[in-house]
Parts: sequence; structure tokens; C-alpha cells
Amino acid sequence: MKPKLAFYWCASCGGCEEAVVDLAEKVLDVVAAVDIVFWPVALDFKRTDVEAMPDGSIAAAFINGAIRTSEQEEMAKLLRRKARIVVAFGACAQTGGVPGLANLYDRESLLRAVYSESPSTLNPEGTRPAPHYATNGAALELPVFWDRVRALGQVIPVDYSIPGCPPTPKLLADAVAALLTGSLPERGAVLAPDKALCEECPRRESKPDKLAITRFRRPHETLIETDRCLLAQGLLCLGPATRAGCEARCIQGNMPCTGCFGATSRVRDFGAKALSSIASLTGSNDEAEIIRILENIPDPVGTFYRYSLPAAPLPGKRPNRAGK
Amino acid sequence: MPEATAPVGQNQTAAFEPKIVAFFCNWCTYLAADLAGTSRLRYAPNVRVVRVMCSGRVDPQFVLEAFAQGADGVLIGGCHPNDCHYQEGNYKALRRYHLLRRMLEQMGVEPERFRLEWISASEGERLRQVVNEMVEQVRALGPFRKSEQFEPAEEAVAR
Ligand code: SF4
Ligand code: SF4
Ligand code: FES
Repeated sequence: MKPKLAFYWCASCGGCEEAVVDLAEKVLDVVAAVDIVFWPVALDFKRTDVEAMPDGSIAAAFINGAIRTSEQEEMAKLLRRKARIVVAFGACAQTGGVPGLANLYDRESLLRAVYSESPSTLNPEGTRPAPHYATNGAALELPVFWDRVRALGQVIPVDYSIPGCPPTPKLLADAVAALLTGSLPERGAVLAPDKALCEECPRRESKPDKLAITRFRRPHETLIETDRCLLAQGLLCLGPATRAGCEARCIQGNMPCTGCFGATSRVRDFGAKALSSIASLTGSNDEAEIIRILENIPDPVGTFYRYSLPAAPLPGKRPNRAGK
Repeated sequence: MPEATAPVGQNQTAAFEPKIVAFFCNWCTYLAADLAGTSRLRYAPNVRVVRVMCSGRVDPQFVLEAFAQGADGVLIGGCHPNDCHYQEGNYKALRRYHLLRRMLEQMGVEPERFRLEWISASEGERLRQVVNEMVEQVRALGPFRKSEQFEPAEEAVAR
């Protein structure tokens, strides 16, 4: 019997599903070798089908997206019961991802912004999504919108992570191949190379040993050279702090790395480490000038925790100051 | 105090003794703390001193971890400009401090809770001042409560 695989999505943008589709013709090899028993984006199996499966009968579940609602939590727990291996697929599942930046606000501010304050909202009755709603004698249920976004591993035990926003099809193909041949590494591993992106960057040779940046530039503020290290051009490239494995795809597209592959195993908290490595490069010893140069980084949380706020030691804005 | 909205905070404010984690450079501020001790300068007992070889050794991860594990404030003490035993360490600390300070502000951490000071080995008196001042400022702010990672389902539905 072929091993069974499941794919599921939680709080995500759909990009991770795209990475599966982007296996292109390789998807046929995967399909030939495994049975995909659940994949809401592409196949018509329902939650009840999964519930009917014996516990542990799925070889591996690849779950993408962060956990924001009660339904996502229930599905994660259901798949955890049914699957022998759970893989956190992509940055949102691994560390919270872009949706995790919502932890800078509490639920009330988010709902107020979306259902009342945004300029395009017309909602005079102030209707809000409610978990229970009765109309014409019918009871309707909606998932509960939790106050916080969590990474998958903060909700269920996770066996492996595949990083990336989204991961590359190659990493997925490698993971499936390792699964089929029984050559997966020790549980808990991140299924990507454990070295910094700079080490696999085609512009590595032009990265100076010592950098002293006197002006941090954002991509729209400069004409970006196509063959020189982006940090050397003053662009905020997080390559030195980011795990390799994406084949430097943003740099190939002449854009700086924003850190979607997260940290290597030697780093506990990506955001603090990335902040540290960038701040150290500030090209001045004079306090006033240091402050001025660093003002070119207007949004430190969004820059350094773009993909990992819920997994950070301080996983969001403190509640007693929320809603500012 | 307008911010003590949570019941936990309220109960604790009465007898609140702030916990300050202090990363002191071995060559200067740590010696200043020693000197303050031997010259019987009294300073608030709220600091837990971690000795590091240089202020440049203080990884921002340590600072966040200290807050996450219950510190109400974090103080870094290093050698004056040009006096760092490793040349650049205190400048690195200064650069990181300013970016980290701004990031902490975005997360709702009041600026008084995070401080970097240059205190040489002979400045026992200054050490005392800085510590006492910081303890008082943090005491006035109340306990540091980190954002909860999660709120139980019942509470969420009740809203
Ligand atoms: S800093 Fe960016 S551009 Fe420079 S070598 Fe590293 S990854 Fe490549
Ligand atoms: S270059 Fe950086 S941001 Fe871009 S895909 Fe690679 S790890 Fe992600
Ligand atoms: S040795 Fe004291 S700050 Fe570097």
C-alpha cells in the first residue's frame, strides 16, 4: 500500500499551496508514489473523511499557515492524531509568518479596524463575525477568532519544519523523497541546509569582510546594481542571519533577503539576531550619528520579525498598551 | 496608575519589587559594582548581575530572553568610549542598543525599562545612582507583563 499524505492550510496566503503545485511534472512522481488523502485546495475530501480514518494512518501531514481560529486549531489537532509525522510547511506554520505581525494588535483593534474604521467599510449596524448566530430558526456557527496568532508548534507537537515564504518545490520534493526512503533526519529538524544564506549567495565574493553602512537604503530609494552584494550597497539584506536553502531567489531577482527561511540551529530568536547583525554594521561610533543612521530602518519589528513574531521571546505587543 | 488594568498587576503593585537584570562588563561596570560594595555604598538590591567579558557580548537575544523570563528591566553597563578592552565592543553595544530600544518601544516596552550606561571601574558612586534611579523608574511603571502567547477559548468566546 502506498503511504498516505495530507496537505492542509491554516492562516496563510495560498503561496505554500502554490509551492506544491510548482512541483510541476515532479508532482506526478509524488502522486505515483503516495496516496494524497486530503488536500482541500485541490481534492474534494472533507473533514469527516479525515475523522473516519484510523489514528496514525496518514504517513505525513504537511500543514501550512499559522493558527488564528478555533477551526484551524481543531484541524491541526485532528491531523496530529491521524498522521505519524506532522511537518510545519512554510514560515507561517514554522514561526507565525506575516499573519503573526497581527500580534502587534489585539483582537478588538483588528476587528474595529476591519469592521468599522477602514475607509472602504460601510457597516452602520456594526455587524461583527459571531461564533454563534441564529436566523430563521437555523443556528449558524463560525470559528472563533483568537486574540493571538500562534505558530503550529505552539498548538501541536511538530516533527519537522520546512522553512520559506513559501518553501521551494525542491525542499518539498526532497522531504517527500526522504520520507519514502526512510532517510529523514532526527525529529525536530528543519529540512533545509544549516548555514547562512550568504554562503550560497552568487554575490558572496563581493561581500566585504568589514562593512560600515552610513545609509540604509530601501529598494525604491536606489538603483540596485545586479552583481554586487546588496548589503555592500546599503540595502537591508538579512542574508547573514538567514538560513540557506532558497537558492538565494530574492537576490537572483535583485531584491534583498527579508529572512523568510528563519534562523540556523545556532540561533534561538531570528529577529533579535538579525537586528543585532544589521545594527552592528552601522558605520559610526558617534551616538547622535548612530541614531540618525538607524532611523533609516523605520519599522524594526516589521523588518526583523516579518516572519517570526509569534515564536519570539516577546511574541507581540504587550496587552496593557495594546490598541494604541 | 492608569496602566494597572489587569487584576494580577493590581495585586502585585503594593509590594512590587522590580527585578532588574544587569549585564555588566568584567573590566569596568562589574568592578564598579564591586567598588560600591567594598566602599559600602548602598544601592537597591533589585539588580541581578550577569558578568560578561564586554558589553559587546550582550546579544539582543539575551535582553529579550531576560524580559521573557520575568525581568522588569534590563541594564547594560560597559566601558566608556575608547576604553573597551576589545576596541569596538562598546560601540557595537551602542549601535544594537539604539535599534533594539526602538524595537522594544514598538512592542509596548517603556523606554525606562531598558538602559545602556558607560560606568568605569572607579565610578562606584555613579553605579549606585544609575541603579537606584532605574529601580525607582521601573517601580513606578509596575511589573513587566509580556504579551500572553494565547488566551483560553472560553474568554475569547465570552467577548
Ligand atoms: S548580504 Fe545578501 S547579497 Fe550580500 S552575500 Fe549575503 S545574501 Fe548575498
Ligand atoms: S532570499 Fe531570503 S526572503 Fe528571499 S526566499 Fe530566500 S530566505 Fe526567503
Ligand atoms: S571591555 Fe568593557 S565594554 Fe568592551
